[in-house]
Amino acid sequence: MNSAWEVVIGLEIHAQLATSSKIFSAASTAYGAEPNTQACLVDLGYPGVLPVLNKEVVRMATMFGLAVNATVAPRSVFARKNYFYPDLPKGYQISQFELPIVEHGELFITDADGHEKRIGITRAHLEEDAGKSVHEGFEQSSGIDLNRTGTPLLEIVSEPDMRSAKEAIAYMRKIHTIVRYLGISDGNMQEGSFRCDANVSVRPRGQEELGTRAELKNLNSFRFIEKAINFEIERQIEVIEDGGEVVQETRLYDSVKDETRSMRSKEEANDYRYFPDPDLLPVEIDAAYIEAVRETLPELPAAKQQRFIDEHGIREDDAAILTASRALADFFEDVVASTQGQAQGVANFVIGDLAGALNRDGLDIEQSPVSAAALAGLLDRIKDNTISGKIAKEVFDAMWAGEGTADEIIEAKGLRQITDSLAIEAIVDKVIEANPGQVAEYKAGKDKLIGFFVGQVMKETGGKANPGQVNQVLKHKLS
Amino acid sequence: MSRDLHTQTLTELAAGLERGDFSSVELTGDLLGRIDSHDPALNAFVTVTAERALAAAKSADELRAAGKAGVLNGLPLVHKDIFCTRDVLTTCGSRMLENFISPYDATIVERLAAAGAVVLGKTNMDEFAMGSSNETSYFGPVKNPWDLDCSPGGSSGGSAAAVAARLAPAATGTDTGGSIRQPAALTGTVGLKPTYGRVSRYGMIAFASSLDQAGVITRSSADAALLLGVMAGFDERDSTSIDHPVPDYTAALSASVKGLRVGVVRQHFDDGLDEKTGAAVREALAVLEANGAILTDVDMPNLDLSVPTYYVVAPAECSSNLSRFDGVRFGHRAENPEDLLDLYCRSRGEGFGAEVKRRIMTGTYVLSAGYYDAYYLKAQQVRHLIADDFHRAFENVDVIAGPTSPTPAFKLGDKTDDPITMYLNDIYTIGANLAGLPGMSTPCGFVDGLPVGLHLVAPHWGEETLLRCAHQYEQLTEWHKACPEDFS
Repeated sequence: MNSAWEVVIGLEIHAQLATSSKIFSAASTAYGAEPNTQACLVDLGYPGVLPVLNKEVVRMATMFGLAVNATVAPRSVFARKNYFYPDLPKGYQISQFELPIVEHGELFITDADGHEKRIGITRAHLEEDAGKSVHEGFEQSSGIDLNRTGTPLLEIVSEPDMRSAKEAIAYMRKIHTIVRYLGISDGNMQEGSFRCDANVSVRPRGQEELGTRAELKNLNSFRFIEKAINFEIERQIEVIEDGGEVVQETRLYDSVKDETRSMRSKEEANDYRYFPDPDLLPVEIDAAYIEAVRETLPELPAAKQQRFIDEHGIREDDAAILTASRALADFFEDVVASTQGQAQGVANFVIGDLAGALNRDGLDIEQSPVSAAALAGLLDRIKDNTISGKIAKEVFDAMWAGEGTADEIIEAKGLRQITDSLAIEAIVDKVIEANPGQVAEYKAGKDKLIGFFVGQVMKETGGKANPGQVNQVLKHKLS
Repeated sequence: MSRDLHTQTLTELAAGLERGDFSSVELTGDLLGRIDSHDPALNAFVTVTAERALAAAKSADELRAAGKAGVLNGLPLVHKDIFCTRDVLTTCGSRMLENFISPYDATIVERLAAAGAVVLGKTNMDEFAMGSSNETSYFGPVKNPWDLDCSPGGSSGGSAAAVAARLAPAATGTDTGGSIRQPAALTGTVGLKPTYGRVSRYGMIAFASSLDQAGVITRSSADAALLLGVMAGFDERDSTSIDHPVPDYTAALSASVKGLRVGVVRQHFDDGLDEKTGAAVREALAVLEANGAILTDVDMPNLDLSVPTYYVVAPAECSSNLSRFDGVRFGHRAENPEDLLDLYCRSRGEGFGAEVKRRIMTGTYVLSAGYYDAYYLKAQQVRHLIADDFHRAFENVDVIAGPTSPTPAFKLGDKTDDPITMYLNDIYTIGANLAGLPGMSTPCGFVDGLPVGLHLVAPHWGEETLLRCAHQYEQLTEWHKACPEDFS
């Protein structure tokens, strides 16, 4: 990055709220239905119909506000954002403008230097999603699918507090984690349930005044956001360094070409003619309601991470990984609760072998073929020396493949660890006899060769010898 | 017409049906016959639903025979064409909805049907309820039964004309700035606009959402009380309807006006009020006073701001409400559009009439960036001032009385070139809409053979006071019984 320039980024994140019906109608929000089968008369904007607020969205927005230490407004107002588009049936979107439901929040990310950094959340407001235009399969015309119309969204607007694409991603991941912890959004980026627009500008380092910003749209994966922002930063610096000026505009990210392109300039922008929606009453929330919602808040990622460190003695970076998703954290704690093994050992296994397998097979933790209880059963066998950590990986793979419980697999495959000292001594003797050269070198002071001897013994036993015992016997016999 | 059923009020017809003097099928048949012979002169109807009406009448008669009659069982009425009626054309007086068959019933349509009412048809109206003369209708103006060269007022002109001409005993209407009360006054009928939130707006095609309210046009206050009792009440489909108990409006009619404090607004009798109309209204006030009402002068200093305020707020809301008519999903669609913009421009250009366009443009302007604060926001502030005038007045009076309209019915075509003069027609009625108050008009005399209305406004939820005052006045006078000669 060109160090003469400072990057300023603010994000607008749209999180689809996980309600079963729409924000202003009783139609279903389920994803993937046949076009226009989940749009009722209210969604279609028929003459005479009226919106009725789904109270669930108020609860969800309140939860979010509390989770990011924000003010939940005692009174917020729905406003109409007026513009014409075929996928916007009423000719206006019901949103919140001057009085949003959530204001003045914050969260903390870790910056490039490893320091904690505060990112301000300006506001979060409720609004309805539009439908979508469908161009494929139509000639000389476009189709419109209004299933998504009226799907509830929480638009979360940050302060321009981020100074790199990496920080933007870190912030977005935090929000992603929080909404999923709260159970208010499934955060599914492929289905568009969690998407983001980025406001990006650059300014000479040290300058107070903000540079002209471009708004990047259509950012629907963490990877694309990072690439789009980085492309845009380079583009803006290049424009300015070439003596040009950045223009305020909306730019679309093209993931195929990895570039941003101008979509519309400020001059072409709509005048949305916002005004309070006379069909809806202001949303009034009292302190008792807020307290009742607060009671239902789950433990949040930051608190959980700290507790994992304090209570389970987990390394900080591991705690961060384990608490990135509530499901993973819950899985980890379920294993810890039912195994005799050390919590850090559980963490190692979950982050290493289990996460690797999930990743390889493209599964979520909820879909893991090895349950928390089953994994605890496996870790118990390491703890009681029935098997070694190395053999455990083999047993785990078999469990993953559905071959049975840890005990069944250990029995069936004869993987029980050799702890009979006479048997181990016999093998050690055999190894020493077979490698006179190495024995001489070891005795001459090349201590590191102990690893070679352990390896040979393990090879002889198919990995089943207890490594601690092998070490002990070897040292004794070679001294 | 030997039975002369058409001359009877809803209340009288209800009693006749109950006694078995005639059946709903007979009554409905009589009225459909009258519509057939008289409506061509009036143009009060956009749609006559004869077959459906006779079928509904038949089943009402069967229900009565089975002892299951609802409060309105078998009683005919007509709906303003702004209310969505399932499987029936719902035009809102516009070319935009010339072919729109609603897939659902408005809440009040549902409630009235559930009580047994028989719908004879849908009445003509100013396009999207924007007008005070019924001349903005795509389906042509409605004629006033008292003088066919005159306007019946608007926007509920078709409903008012149908009731005045005895084509139906009662009609629904909507009132955004006076659209029930002014046509009632100009046709010699009774018009009631309830408190904002009293009656559901669900299924009523929106003009200005914060001002629109559904109500009724009848030939007596007792009939209005009967219908309001069925229509009123909370509706979970309308967030602005209010969960307030529905009283027995009919029971409220009988109390005399003795001791009723009636406020008379000084400004109502200033310039602009036709002299003879003013005299008729003063006479009506004298009747109330002679029967025990206490007349008190009240001051409404911001009255002159009501029309300009209304013509900022109402167009602003309408400009947004009417955006859904874009030629994409329903309503008028231009042929062979070149592109999206052309589809929008021509569908809306062809579908809307001049007055609707004028208001959409005004509304778009007052909401625009840079103008919002000066117009829309300012108008909302003035709206509070006007509401405060009322609240102050109601500290000392129970009801405010005055003229409904500055003049009796005017000639068709007289005011169409000058929107401002037309807008001033609603000067006495608009305040109640801006403040969300219930208002009513009842006949109180004639000027040169044309009816004049007495306007009453009460505090929020004061429908009982309005109905009581109007009903008592009707017991003391005969004006509401007058029938236009050609329609007796």
